[in-house]
Amino acid sequence: MTSSAPPLQRTILQRLLQELCPDCQRLPGPFPVWHGPCPGAQWWPLAQRIHQAGGRLVALWPDAHATLLHVTYALEETLAWVWLELGKAQKIPDLSPLFPAANRLQRAAVDLADFSLAFDAPDQRPWLDHGCWLREQSAPPQPYAFVPVTGEGVHEIAVGPIHAGIIEPGHFRFSVVGEKVLRLEAHLGYTHKGAAARWRQRPALLGHELAARLCGDSTVAYSWAFCMALEAALDWRVAERTLWLRALLLERERVANHLGDLGALGNDAGFAVGLAHFSRLREDWLRLSKALFGHRLLMDSILPGGVRTDLDKTQCALLHAQCVALEPELLTLRDIYEGHAGLQDRFGTTGQVLPGLARQLGLTGLAGRASGMAADLRCHGNWAPYNALDVQAALREEGDVAARVAVRFDETLESLRLIRLILDHLPAPGPAVAAQQNLASTHAVRGLGRVEGWRGEIQVALQLENHRDSLTLRDIHLHDPSWQNWPVLEHAILGNIVPDFPLINKSFNLCYSGHDQ
Amino acid sequence: MNGLSLLAQLLDILLALLLAPLLTGWVNQWRAWLQNKTAPSLFQPYYTLHKLFHKELIVAHQASPLYRAAPYIVFGCMVLASAIIPTLSTDLPLAPAADAIALVGLFALARVFLSLAAMDVGTAFGTLGARRDMLIGFLAEPALLMVLFSASLISRATSLSTIVEGLAHQTLVIHPSLAFAGVAFTLVSLAENARIPVDNPTTHLELTMIHESLILEYSARHLALFEWAASLKLFAYSCMGLALFFPWGIANAKTPLLLLLALPLLVFKLAVGGALLALLETFSAKMRIFRVPEFLATAFLLAVIGMLITLLLTPFGKAA
Repeated sequence: MTSSAPPLQRTILQRLLQELCPDCQRLPGPFPVWHGPCPGAQWWPLAQRIHQAGGRLVALWPDAHATLLHVTYALEETLAWVWLELGKAQKIPDLSPLFPAANRLQRAAVDLADFSLAFDAPDQRPWLDHGCWLREQSAPPQPYAFVPVTGEGVHEIAVGPIHAGIIEPGHFRFSVVGEKVLRLEAHLGYTHKGAAARWRQRPALLGHELAARLCGDSTVAYSWAFCMALEAALDWRVAERTLWLRALLLERERVANHLGDLGALGNDAGFAVGLAHFSRLREDWLRLSKALFGHRLLMDSILPGGVRTDLDKTQCALLHAQCVALEPELLTLRDIYEGHAGLQDRFGTTGQVLPGLARQLGLTGLAGRASGMAADLRCHGNWAPYNALDVQAALREEGDVAARVAVRFDETLESLRLIRLILDHLPAPGPAVAAQQNLASTHAVRGLGRVEGWRGEIQVALQLENHRDSLTLRDIHLHDPSWQNWPVLEHAILGNIVPDFPLINKSFNLCYSGHDQ
Repeated sequence: MNGLSLLAQLLDILLALLLAPLLTGWVNQWRAWLQNKTAPSLFQPYYTLHKLFHKELIVAHQASPLYRAAPYIVFGCMVLASAIIPTLSTDLPLAPAADAIALVGLFALARVFLSLAAMDVGTAFGTLGARRDMLIGFLAEPALLMVLFSASLISRATSLSTIVEGLAHQTLVIHPSLAFAGVAFTLVSLAENARIPVDNPTTHLELTMIHESLILEYSARHLALFEWAASLKLFAYSCMGLALFFPWGIANAKTPLLLLLALPLLVFKLAVGGALLALLETFSAKMRIFRVPEFLATAFLLAVIGMLITLLLTPFGKAA
């Protein structure tokens, strides 16, 4: 809550924006977000300058009425959120030469904006729309044009969207020679449900319920990011204790997911004992969540302006004791994983993404930290309560499955430390929302929230409007870090063998529902 | 051939058919226990077979008669294999029909039909699995032959009954070659029966499957026959291992009364063997598929060493 105090020095991103998009202004909120229109001629130069400065593309989306195209770039802890006014018959420069993740974001934008914008890009295939959406320009469904690989002995393996296990739908097309993978192309969008439209039909202050349901494993991260954006738009001041409790919930979500993934990674390498033990630990963890917060996955635990449940002393002691009990077990299991020759043989050098490639492709989040990309929102910036916790980001350089396993172990241990620290220093209860602005006075205000979910940075950008005296969402966009990481998975598998794909896929564990929306 | 030997043969086949799912259930129970899980019922494989036999059969439109015949051929091969492996008695009327080499051929025949059937409907996974299964087969079969030859060299015969009789009813002699052959046989059995570390029988990851991907398209009674055949194969391999390396207590033509003792002894030996198999599987992770050739080459090497030791330790012209 330092929006009133002037920053000591202007960040690189701020200087760039001042030069190219002078109308940008700072939005309220815990993160420095600069927001404003981008002149059409500056769309490409801005991207280029940010790319040169080492910034990354976070999200790209058209607004609900297909009149604006939004993009967000992050450089250090500063975020630039600029928009381009869409005119007819205007080809927008393709950003994918700078930021490869833009390819699919732009194709999805064309689908979502119903062809009212066009990019000057070589890849014009639809992405989210498989030809089944009801609209005027819809062509009859036709097979997705996968890039063919030709050569002697090359053949294709089509996997999914329905798999042998109970997992989310996604299609993977492998081009292989023998067991060696020459190319992998994923086709996603099977779980597109038009969530953004549903948000606009509901009161804005109930939007957190939908945000919590977008992706079950990141329900805390999404609802916090949504509430952060909403609170920023309304300029609410949230009580310190609330923020600390939200961080506690977020870390508990992270631990639950890491425990699940570590077990599943063991199981995918045929080491079922690992799954059995991690499942046991995860189950205890989820049961305590159910007992104290009312939901195993902590759904709906974060509300606009507050959290649903407060903790008393005995409950804090229970949470503390669980961390103390879990830590030695986790250390033992780490020793078993690291000492098991068979597991290490499967994990080591499998699905390698070296730091150079990771930087080039914009790998983010947990997978990024296993490939030397030291980006963790919890360590950067000056936002409560993480500025008081001194988070140590896990970092590995190897970029293989083993590194992603190691990052998960490190992050779980760090989260256990953070939870204990939060419990020890929990601020005293105060009024939940310190200053509530009069809702009727708000009109078309924007807000943005960012949270480091367990998979990576989750971003929620929204615009509020006052519609017949009730607050509604004029526009909303939720961004999942899987958008950045799905294309990198296709690189990670190259040169590996087909039966190692499930292990590599699991080590990334990317989201379908959050990506397709 | 007399009435008693006919009875022994009949008992041999019946026992294999009935006990094989029980052995699978036993191994699964131990796997669950070793993972601190609540184990499924010992009789779960029977329930599964019962369920599958009562389900509606779904066959792909483009399936050829080969696809429909394969389950019966594979199941038949496994029944015949169980018939010629001495489990309770070495006095088996069917045993002279096929020797150890023919037994390996019988397993190979089942594999060929299974692979052809998997490729028949033309799905990617069937072909993938068939290719992998053939890779394992062509490396495992020579190793299995070498193991059987090590034992043959001791009794100078390729008939399994004669080999086992020679091993079981002679005065106690320690054969160092059999130690090597025993290790080699264990490795081959793990590969041939699709167990960890070569294959994972419980996986749902279609891209890593070997045996499971071969039968992915099968349903109902066809699948039941394959499941039963897989149990029979595990049973046959276990009995073969027990007969070769722990043959004590098997009846022969001269001691028909031993049949009464042979059954509880066999059940005991299988129970111990099954628990050890589960232990081995729990300790290991599944290896990368390109490590399988190294794994099976080790088995082959050990079997050859076993054979060489037999040759070295046996004076020329004299059977042990």
